[in-house]
Amino acid sequence: MRATVTKRAFLPLAAAAMATVLAGCGSQIADPASAGSTTGSATSCVNTSGSSVKVGFINSLSGTMAISESTVFDSLSLAAEEINASGGVLGKQLEVISEDGASEPTKFAERAGKLIQQDCTAAVFGGWTSSSRKAMLPVFEANDALLFYPVQYEGLESSKNIFYTGATTNQQIIPALDYLAEQGTKSLFLVGSDYVFPRTANKIIQAYAAAKGIKVLGEEYAPLGSTEFSTIVNKVRDSKADAVFNTLNGDSNVAFFRQYKSVGLTADSMPVVSVSIAEEEVPGVGLDNVQGQLTAWDYYQTLDTPANKKFVAAFKAKFGAGRVTSDPMEAAYTSLYLWKAMVEKAASFDVDKVQAAADGVSFEAPEGLVTVNGGNNHITKTPRIGKINADGLIDTVWSSPAAVEPDPFLATYDWAKDLAK
Amino acid sequence: MKTLLRGRWGTAAGFLLGAALLLGVAPAVLPAFNLGLLGKFLCFAIVAVGIGLAWGRGGMLTLGQGVFFGLGAYIMAMHMKLADASLFGGSGVPDFMSLYGSGQVPGWWEPFRSPAVTLLAVVLVPGLVALVLGLAIFKRRVKGAYFAILSQALAAAFAVFLIGQQATTGGSNGLNGFRSFFGFDLKDPNNKVMLYMIAAVVLLLSLALARQLMHSRFGELLVAVRDQEERVRFLGYDPATVKTVIYVVAAVLAGVAGALFVPLVGIISPADVGVIPSIAFLIGVAIGGRATLLGPVLGAVGVAAAQSSLSSTFPSFWVYFQGLLFVLVIGFMPGGLASLPALVRLRRRTPAGAPQPKAATAPAPDQSPPAPEALSPETPKPGVQDRAAAPEEVSR
Repeated sequence: MRATVTKRAFLPLAAAAMATVLAGCGSQIADPASAGSTTGSATSCVNTSGSSVKVGFINSLSGTMAISESTVFDSLSLAAEEINASGGVLGKQLEVISEDGASEPTKFAERAGKLIQQDCTAAVFGGWTSSSRKAMLPVFEANDALLFYPVQYEGLESSKNIFYTGATTNQQIIPALDYLAEQGTKSLFLVGSDYVFPRTANKIIQAYAAAKGIKVLGEEYAPLGSTEFSTIVNKVRDSKADAVFNTLNGDSNVAFFRQYKSVGLTADSMPVVSVSIAEEEVPGVGLDNVQGQLTAWDYYQTLDTPANKKFVAAFKAKFGAGRVTSDPMEAAYTSLYLWKAMVEKAASFDVDKVQAAADGVSFEAPEGLVTVNGGNNHITKTPRIGKINADGLIDTVWSSPAAVEPDPFLATYDWAKDLAK
Repeated sequence: MKTLLRGRWGTAAGFLLGAALLLGVAPAVLPAFNLGLLGKFLCFAIVAVGIGLAWGRGGMLTLGQGVFFGLGAYIMAMHMKLADASLFGGSGVPDFMSLYGSGQVPGWWEPFRSPAVTLLAVVLVPGLVALVLGLAIFKRRVKGAYFAILSQALAAAFAVFLIGQQATTGGSNGLNGFRSFFGFDLKDPNNKVMLYMIAAVVLLLSLALARQLMHSRFGELLVAVRDQEERVRFLGYDPATVKTVIYVVAAVLAGVAGALFVPLVGIISPADVGVIPSIAFLIGVAIGGRATLLGPVLGAVGVAAAQSSLSSTFPSFWVYFQGLLFVLVIGFMPGGLASLPALVRLRRRTPAGAPQPKAATAPAPDQSPPAPEALSPETPKPGVQDRAAAPEEVSR
């Protein structure tokens, strides 16, 4: 019968194929201590001999995060255009290679690998969600390449291959708590999306509250993308907390704020502090629903600095007068200029030399002067509490007196000792 | 090449050619990054072989293969996390657990410290889950759209479950940052080639398995169940058993593919196992030709490669293009691209009154799909002997 004939044909084939595979084995880890550093060292293929140098932008241009991340892509493009117009970096024009992360961590890892290994970019800029950063981190470490990550995040991380130009927790969440404490807040209700940033943020808030005598009356999570908040909103109302700390992300905010308003809660009766709503998100959530509510960021479009006026004007000129600028966009814009400053200080595009030169590099950013901390690869930032105004922009109601040093592991806070072991 | 694939020895020759291409030419020609990508596509192709059997041959629209893919992948990822933790960390506790969890390895992780248990579990866990599900579903004679919805709901639930377990499954971050694979250093380029080779060999083996199944008595029975389940029941066979067996085979293939995906790609997250990837597995199969042997494989690799190359140039355009292709194929070419040559041949011959192409002895790729009427109960039909695998309705 046919079946038996072909079976005979396949088995030796399979065996031969297996043998081929096993013959091709590479090194095994014999001595774990040396394995990480010596074997498989990545050799950079960055070509700086021509009149241009390649840089990579990796943002989700499709999928659920596209609406947020495409704004970061726009401001990165603006920065690249400005830098090229003013003579480039070390005399070389930037050639931008853009990749779509498609809102999937796996895609981010794959595309980051392409930007490094195939396109040979000198540095990569982008990423938004924590999962996209966590997915890319091993890729950048294994290839010894550079990523500039422009979004506020949950801290507890530091890699020599990533520069974090968004706020870490002590530049956003802790100042927001300080502000609330200053305003006499005695009790809090925590609402967040169910993923790593809100969970870590709330861990920090719980520790802070315990140390400062603030009562946390509830901690509720909704799945990412959830739009059903009546249960949570009723719990919030019944708790009679002084304020709500909101770490919801994306579409969930629309439903949350709408239902919040519908049960009669207002910015005056129970203010909500949000850490994921910026100028870009306000129209989506609905100005009616969020006007007067508080936000915690390090940059607002309304900031009155010369660098910001120039940034906002240039952005509107390029993308249209109706567009707004937000904190992650500013941090992305800043990140490209910081890389330029690092490269110029190092007088080289080499990753090692750029890393060595990074400490102390500063830039007069739209948010104010920022300086790179070479110890943890984060930057100094000025925390600001804002209130959403009638135009949908955000006015600063409180600002840190000086730029705050980044402390991703909260090592300088006694009450946070147990958080990062 | 098509003539080569005809005849029993032609099949073996085609298989050899495929092996030469995958194991010889590809590693020699492709740069490291592209070879890694191809390895990933081959993992999808392995899943596709299983879907081809279950859907194309068995008529079960499996919209939830992400679950089995995910089970295999997470089992492998857990083992690699634990192995890395004891190799590099010393503590034996994976990094993310001390960051987000209690700093303790949960009990259900422990068995996967052992490489042997892991390898067994990669095959057995998806297989057993499919067995239990299959018996529960098919014995109750749940089929068609109900089965599809059920399997899709399962994928959605699985992803939600994983996201909720931040401390033990890495939540939406998933598991990544692997440094070794059964003691082999993942940074070593030779080892990456080795991983690709393993994926290629597993694909070839699963193709061989699929071909044997298709051409066995069981394969005939499977097609019969797809086309006339009641008749098969009257003949004294239990269709539920037949369906369960092929569902298990498809699940095991998906699980093994998931386990290979993890070291090749370096990450597994809930976004790789939920509803959307489950549907994506299906699209390649449908486009390639679900009832054929090679159609699903070529379709899966082709769609994944096209997505990879087109999506960076036209990020939002790609989704529409894929959707359009899907609609066109389902609407106008239910047999997929694999049926194209046969359709053309049929059209060319029919007006001349020439006899229909005889049932070829070759495997499916270029067989002519008989018109749907030929399968209707009224017409006397070749029945079980007819292995021309024309898929009928889309949703079956």
